[in-house]
Amino acid sequence: MNPSIIKPSATLPGDICRILEHSEETLHLSLAGRLDASVTAQLWYPLVNLVENAAPQLLRLKADDITYCDSAGIGLLMELARRQLKRQGQYSLDGLKEEFSHLWSQYQPKDFLEIRSSRPQPCCLPEETGRLAVQAWDGMLDMVRFTGELTLALLHAARHPRTVRWPEVWLVMEKAGVNALPIVGLISFLIGLIMAFQATIPMRQFGVEIYVANLTALSMLRELGPLMTALLLAGRSGSAFAAELGTMKINEEIDALTTMGLAPVPFLVVTRVLATIIIMPLLSLFANLMGLVGGAVVLLSLGYPLISYIHQVKAAVGLLDLTGGLAKTLVFALIVAGVGCLHGLKTRSGASAVGDSATRAVVSGIILIVIADGLFAVAYYFLGI
Amino acid sequence: MPETQETIIEIKNLTVGYGDTIVLQDVSFDVRRGEIFVVLGGSGCGKSTLLKNMIGLHRPQIGQILYDGQDMVTAEGAQRRSLLRSIGVMYQSGALFGSLTLMENVRLPLEEFTDLPDPAMDLIAAMKLQLVGLKGFDHYLPSELSGGMRKRAAIARAMVLDPQILFLDEPTAGLDPIISAEMDQLILQLAESLSMTFVIVTHELPSIFAVADRVIMLDRRTKGIVASGSPAQLRDTSTDPWVRSFFRRETIPAVMRQEDRPPHE
Repeated sequence: MNPSIIKPSATLPGDICRILEHSEETLHLSLAGRLDASVTAQLWYPLVNLVENAAPQLLRLKADDITYCDSAGIGLLMELARRQLKRQGQYSLDGLKEEFSHLWSQYQPKDFLEIRSSRPQPCCLPEETGRLAVQAWDGMLDMVRFTGELTLALLHAARHPRTVRWPEVWLVMEKAGVNALPIVGLISFLIGLIMAFQATIPMRQFGVEIYVANLTALSMLRELGPLMTALLLAGRSGSAFAAELGTMKINEEIDALTTMGLAPVPFLVVTRVLATIIIMPLLSLFANLMGLVGGAVVLLSLGYPLISYIHQVKAAVGLLDLTGGLAKTLVFALIVAGVGCLHGLKTRSGASAVGDSATRAVVSGIILIVIADGLFAVAYYFLGI
Repeated sequence: MPETQETIIEIKNLTVGYGDTIVLQDVSFDVRRGEIFVVLGGSGCGKSTLLKNMIGLHRPQIGQILYDGQDMVTAEGAQRRSLLRSIGVMYQSGALFGSLTLMENVRLPLEEFTDLPDPAMDLIAAMKLQLVGLKGFDHYLPSELSGGMRKRAAIARAMVLDPQILFLDEPTAGLDPIISAEMDQLILQLAESLSMTFVIVTHELPSIFAVADRVIMLDRRTKGIVASGSPAQLRDTSTDPWVRSFFRRETIPAVMRQEDRPPHE
């Protein structure tokens, strides 16, 4: 035996596999003992390397002493046989016990000349790039199509309010709105508190701690109240919409609706979008209040009376600041519910696809909210709001 | 049939149910090595509940489930894992993982439970798929397949680790007669060539006559086994009119009809 033909890391276990004859034309091996998954795992590379390097014209396997052989063992024998066939060589398998030769006779080595990997792999960078480009383009088309469909459905609902399934709207409002009150309240309270507290330190240097009230009120009402509510809702309800609609999609419930003549967008999406549009300004209002309470706690602890805080807030912000902030929430609500439902309806198949849809709904929801908020800031600046 | 008299599964005085609802009471039977054993009965008689108890998903209220003398009910840890390794289960709708290709589905147990190298796992998975007649479908996702193909892929996955016993839940339900017949052929072929023991839950009569060595019939009225034997024997010689009607696919007088009665007691 020529030792150089076997990789150093892969030594052939001598007790299982012995080389009986090794000449130019013939490689004669004997296998013995249990050929189960663990033995096959040890034997696989050494044996395959040995046979590949020897490249014999005839491979003879003596299998008399195999006491047990399961599919893994049969797989190993198959690998040797099919490699031999691919090389246009001969193989022979002798003495396999009857119970195992039953198993062996189920398969033909010529059926397995090409083994594919378990998942199609893209061949090269251009293919991968092309695939991603097509996917991105399809995604855009879906988004446009969905936006159009949703707009039509919402217009129809505005013209015929009786066609909307209001009980479901109330239900979604309760789930996405009422049940979100504690988390929205807590987060906004903390935001107000932390912001006021952090602002106090520089303000104190100038002796104008009372202006912390202005800062808290302005930033909560114009910016942070609506934004935090929208982000929370995107994480809480956008993902829920995507998961719910996605599960309906993979259970063929969406197909059932379609064949009943109920288009999914008016039936499922409009109710969710309407509910979100109704509750988002309310939640946002609550968030504003809680943020102001947070600011008040800081100023109270600094020794200012509540009444002066309230006066300061009243002087700092007007109705326009409040309504400007709340107007944004209508757009945010449309984004959260729309994106959640869109990704839900686009779910492909399988349980993990539902998870992917929920993730995508949250991520693209948050991105779109932030972009929309930026656009509002620019627009308000030029409008002087 | 490579059937022997050796018992592989023994069910002793099994009582199963959900909470206060008893589904089966004091049921005992055994399954012999290498036979195709069919559990049948009308809808709602506890076939699937029995199966779920046998494969260890539910814990019976009373009784023992012995695999080669080892009790599945009380087994814990390593013993339970090795018991579970000796069985394979095909679920009614396939229960293939939707995000994985067929080949990845079949490879999964190999990846988790063996140290085989990648090409070995690919080859073995391809061989198992060929065995159930799904050669060339390696890269398909389960959602791209018909119901029958999904069931066959599920069988391939259930037997990739060479279990001694294969449980099949309704392998032919909802399939067309030709595919059903092919499934029956596949089961017979696997039983013969691999000497596997099959426990099949079904109520498809043609399949029962085609494959079953022995059947037990469960009944909702008595919450137990109402008949057992070979299917032809039950059809021809049973004294219970309900059993005879079942095998002959006849209607039965309304007074005896089980489905119409609410669960009592």
